[in-house]
Amino acid sequence: MDAPASPLPAKERLLWMYERMGLVRELEDRLKLLVDRGVPMGPVHFYTGQEAVAVGVCAALRQDDWIASTHRGHGHCVAKGVEVRRMVAELYGKSTGTNRGKGGSMHITDVSVGMLGVNPIVGMGTPHAVGAALSARVRGTDQVAVAFFGEGATSMGVVHEAMNLASIWRLPVVFVCENNGYAQATPSEYALACDRVADRAAAYRMPGVTVDGQDVLAVFAAADEAVRRGRAGGGPSLVECMTYRFHGHHQGDDTLRYRLAEEEKAARERDPIPLFRSRLLAEGFTAAELDTLDAANRARLDEAVAFAEASPLPGPEELLRGVYPAARPEVRP
Amino acid sequence: MSSAATVATRELTFSQAINDALRLAMRRDPTVIVLGEDVAGAAGRAHLGLADAWGGPLRATRGLIGEFGAGRVIDTPISEMAFVGAAVGAAMTGLRPVVEIMFVDLIGCCYDQLINQAAKMSYMMGGQLTLPLVVRTAYGTHGFKRSYGGGAAAQHSQTLYATLAHVPGLKVVVPSTAYNAKGLMLAAIADDGPVVVMEHKFLGTAAKGAVPDGEYTVPIGRAEVVRRGTDVTLAAIGRMTHVCLEAAERLAASGTSAEVVDLLTLAPLDEATVLESVSRTHRLVVVDEDTPTASMARDVAASVADKGFDSLDAPIKTVTAAECPVPFAAVLENLYAPDADKVIAAVEELF
Repeated sequence: MDAPASPLPAKERLLWMYERMGLVRELEDRLKLLVDRGVPMGPVHFYTGQEAVAVGVCAALRQDDWIASTHRGHGHCVAKGVEVRRMVAELYGKSTGTNRGKGGSMHITDVSVGMLGVNPIVGMGTPHAVGAALSARVRGTDQVAVAFFGEGATSMGVVHEAMNLASIWRLPVVFVCENNGYAQATPSEYALACDRVADRAAAYRMPGVTVDGQDVLAVFAAADEAVRRGRAGGGPSLVECMTYRFHGHHQGDDTLRYRLAEEEKAARERDPIPLFRSRLLAEGFTAAELDTLDAANRARLDEAVAFAEASPLPGPEELLRGVYPAARPEVRP
Repeated sequence: MSSAATVATRELTFSQAINDALRLAMRRDPTVIVLGEDVAGAAGRAHLGLADAWGGPLRATRGLIGEFGAGRVIDTPISEMAFVGAAVGAAMTGLRPVVEIMFVDLIGCCYDQLINQAAKMSYMMGGQLTLPLVVRTAYGTHGFKRSYGGGAAAQHSQTLYATLAHVPGLKVVVPSTAYNAKGLMLAAIADDGPVVVMEHKFLGTAAKGAVPDGEYTVPIGRAEVVRRGTDVTLAAIGRMTHVCLEAAERLAASGTSAEVVDLLTLAPLDEATVLESVSRTHRLVVVDEDTPTASMARDVAASVADKGFDSLDAPIKTVTAAECPVPFAAVLENLYAPDADKVIAAVEELF
């Protein structure tokens, strides 16, 4: 796999990565517990196992950069800085949620931190990133936009159209393909007529690399290079991250109907969080400081769930609120 | 329209009026951009400079690139899904894009971006963003000169606005004159939500009239009584307004006084103006260039049946396109689309 050279990130960034990956995991574990217990949360697509991708990519971004996400978007949200308590409240359908309880898991959005939306119509968020990058150019800023999508989405025409547009307009877009091997139950070796998704970048005259998506530093290095290239006017890039989803496509999906137990076991042995923890311990960080971050994440989820449960439901006035914006006054000739 | 008499006007076609609206909005607001297939007329090549090689099918964006440059007047490849999606993304992040889908028949290529993305974005995100997007698109029969015997046939002549008006969150406007084309376009650009502006191919050059200089808006969501009458209300959309005016003129000669209501906006529909008109005329014929099943014609009829039944002295009639794809041969296309004869025949059934 390609391994772009990059300076080792600063100590704070390493700890931030560890803390964020742990926070995504804690969030998903907690949500799974609640869903399994019967708390109604609608369809939930757990990000568990892919944490290094979202965190590695977002570590290369500024807060005013943008990301467009997928149906499996909780990790992207947390990595970009969306408040976990407001995410949990959203899944509870509460008025304190990111979307006032009107979006749910598949639409979590927080534009204040550049998170342009979880998007459950596969591939359809990718042109939004292209448009955000176009917006940056027209408004004269140096913001970068990231389009996350799965390997399954690369069979959608819109992803290819978006790559072509970004390339001919030389826009600062980073296309991040999270290749977790399965589109629901359909394996990538069946569905993709290419050896690596990154190979498809060549068709759009952009650099494409494949990295170990379980290694947050490898993801960061590739993303950082692509983000810098985009910000400097070098156009779009494609970064393919090889990863694995530990759970089913969504809650209640029994993966052993279509995946081998040995395959899952092998994948779990490459859990990105213990891998990174070992790396950090080898670099001289102490178990105690990492444990402190883990404990803080657990406390954060305790607080988030309590906040969500105590929050009010949306009132009936929310039903018709915001379908159309406020009318503009008429301008007479 | 009477106030227009007090300001300077110019005689413009419908498409020139759209062009004027785009130009004025772009001058005032640097976040307004225009994108779509050939909107910049393929300008930018060495031998062309910033002059349009051609003006696009309706010529509505002609010359804009010369004034505003390639950064704001942007030709796109043939990728409706991506460039409409990019317009949505740009609208989410601070621009006011005006995106052109050359013909409404092509909305299948970008339908998700309109109905699942643009329409719902602000609502499902809890109101944390606005989506000031304008989608311009051409529709309708009788679009091209028939030097070779027919029109543009089944995939380039449709009137697919009902399928857009159906989706909550999308506003759909259908101008009928140069005056309201400019005013509705400026209102659409000023609107903080997604607005689809339907431009009839035939009206693009055929509708001509006095258009005030400078900016003004025709409010979205307001129908207009364009001819007063006492015996029957003809509710019309787009080009059908002209068909109804012709029918009303002929009906007047035979002693029937028809009122013509130009709906102008399909979503949100101005039911009040139609109901008020029917409360005076007691009869309604809805005239729609679209096919009848799940159409605006039946929707307007249902609204009046629901909320204005007591005003009615006769059944509501609809005059629509035939329930078939748009045929090519001129003789068949004429049979397909509503015309004044069909409107008059429907009116005569009411008395």
